[in-house]
Amino acid sequence: MIRVGLVNGLIVLLIVLIALGSLLAGRVWLPPSLVWHELWTPGPHLSTLIVTQLRLPRAVLALLVGAALGLSGGVLQGVTRNPLAEPGLLGVSAGAALGAVVTIYFGVADRFTAAAPFAGLCGALAASLLTFALGRGGGTITLILAGAAVSGLAAAGIALALNLAPNPYAADEIMTWLMGSLADRSWIQVNLILPFVLVGGAMLAVTGRSLDALSLGEAQARSLGIDLQRLYVLSVFGTALAVGAATAVTGAIGFIGLIAPHLMRPLVGHQPSRVLLPAALSGALLLLCADIATRLIRFGPELKLGVFTSLIGTPFFFWLIVRLRKAAP
Amino acid sequence: MTTLTAQSVTVRRGARAILDHIRLTAAVGEFVAVIGPNGAGKSTLLAVLAGLLEPTEGRVDLDGEDLYRIPSKRLASRRAYLPQNPRCEWPISVERLVALGLTPILPAIGRLPAAHARRIEEALRLCDLSDRKLQAVTTLSGGELERAMLARALVGQPEILIVDEPVAGLDPRHALDAMRRLAAYAASGRLVIAAIHDLTLAARYASRIIALASGRAMGDGPTGTTLTAALVKETFGVEACISGEAERRYVDYR
Repeated sequence: MIRVGLVNGLIVLLIVLIALGSLLAGRVWLPPSLVWHELWTPGPHLSTLIVTQLRLPRAVLALLVGAALGLSGGVLQGVTRNPLAEPGLLGVSAGAALGAVVTIYFGVADRFTAAAPFAGLCGALAASLLTFALGRGGGTITLILAGAAVSGLAAAGIALALNLAPNPYAADEIMTWLMGSLADRSWIQVNLILPFVLVGGAMLAVTGRSLDALSLGEAQARSLGIDLQRLYVLSVFGTALAVGAATAVTGAIGFIGLIAPHLMRPLVGHQPSRVLLPAALSGALLLLCADIATRLIRFGPELKLGVFTSLIGTPFFFWLIVRLRKAAP
Repeated sequence: MTTLTAQSVTVRRGARAILDHIRLTAAVGEFVAVIGPNGAGKSTLLAVLAGLLEPTEGRVDLDGEDLYRIPSKRLASRRAYLPQNPRCEWPISVERLVALGLTPILPAIGRLPAAHARRIEEALRLCDLSDRKLQAVTTLSGGELERAMLARALVGQPEILIVDEPVAGLDPRHALDAMRRLAAYAASGRLVIAAIHDLTLAARYASRIIALASGRAMGDGPTGTTLTAALVKETFGVEACISGEAERRYVDYR
């Protein structure tokens, strides 16, 4: 009990410290004394603008998106009882990406800021509806397979958009978006996704008890009075709302949802319900750190956030598989 | 007094009847052993009686109320069910595993109320696991895991306990212990229904025998008068030799 509280407390402390640091770090380094001074003196100041209009929304967005990914990863690993599960598994990320890519393809994204995120959210919802309709009632494996099929479909759609791109610029824009980034995002994007992330997050957060019971398998969980359909609906649509909205404004960011629950699980005694809050917090922390890293690591063009998390995440994935293989009899 | 009644329960998969017009009435205080060859429909019958598999025809009542209309939470607080070879997917501690048995009466979020901690201790003691309570369940031996699962089922003190093959894969001492625990639980005023392959154990500890073959009831009644060589011949197709009385009874095959 104390340990769970301690873990959460430590992560929150780290988040606050690093988030404050992230306001100062970037292409232009801002000395804290200058920021503090100009924040309290009237009149427009460059440093105040950079902090409140560029870096603060970016940090908030990193925390929101990271928390959504981490929480969803924790829930989905609990639902599937598979430590390799993550939000991308249900086709949510691919669906969101396809939705956003379609708006870029037709040039709507340039005319309305909200078009790509909104279409992304619709894509995520459509993908998860399809996944759920296909995989419903067939248990966990069917759900995973349905997710893989829907991801494949969305990937085919994205490939088609790239194939038929009207000009190289559109193709380039789609590719850039697919790489995932928090650069040049503002309060508009934060406000846009906040309600969806909150509602989706709430749906995911109430699954704790059911996930605990489900660690005994579906038969025992049902015998303990758990409504498995409700659990599937909450986890699939909670993920669609929270991760779908997040992916819609940031592009595809992988591996946070996979790694965050894993790092936390041994610290809180492996019980699925206890993993959820730490997974959300550590997901937020990881993405915040990753975003700062992309701003600080400079060799030529800016390193994209999605590329960076994949580069860091893939070796972790390898390590997981090797460990699982050792654990298997 | 709690009674579980099945009326002409039939379960069909396609054209095949897995259970064929089974009827039975069982009350608290009984320890019912369901016996029968592989594929006889024992597991299906237990799932139907546990309220987890609605029969194609017929009905099951708990105290006169349709079992399949009782809200799952309420039913969960009155009966516990253990499937064959129960497993736990995460390396949680034994104590946490046992606590999962209290799921139906736990608040939706928040920590374990203090009153429940005592019930967990008690269930662990009853199943001889007090010294293992902080160990990860994935590191337990087969027999220990079986006991931990039984503690998980007993912790909620359900009126009805339904267990699918509780002694499969246990060594003789642990098998005897498990049967004694189930018999004692039934004697304390609960209904225990278990599928059991070992006829000697069933003959010694169960108060009642239900024999199934190909989904049909071949016999149903008090162990002493029901479990006869003729029934074994009819149910399993083997010649049996039954000797001894009560806890010294033996069932052997020719």
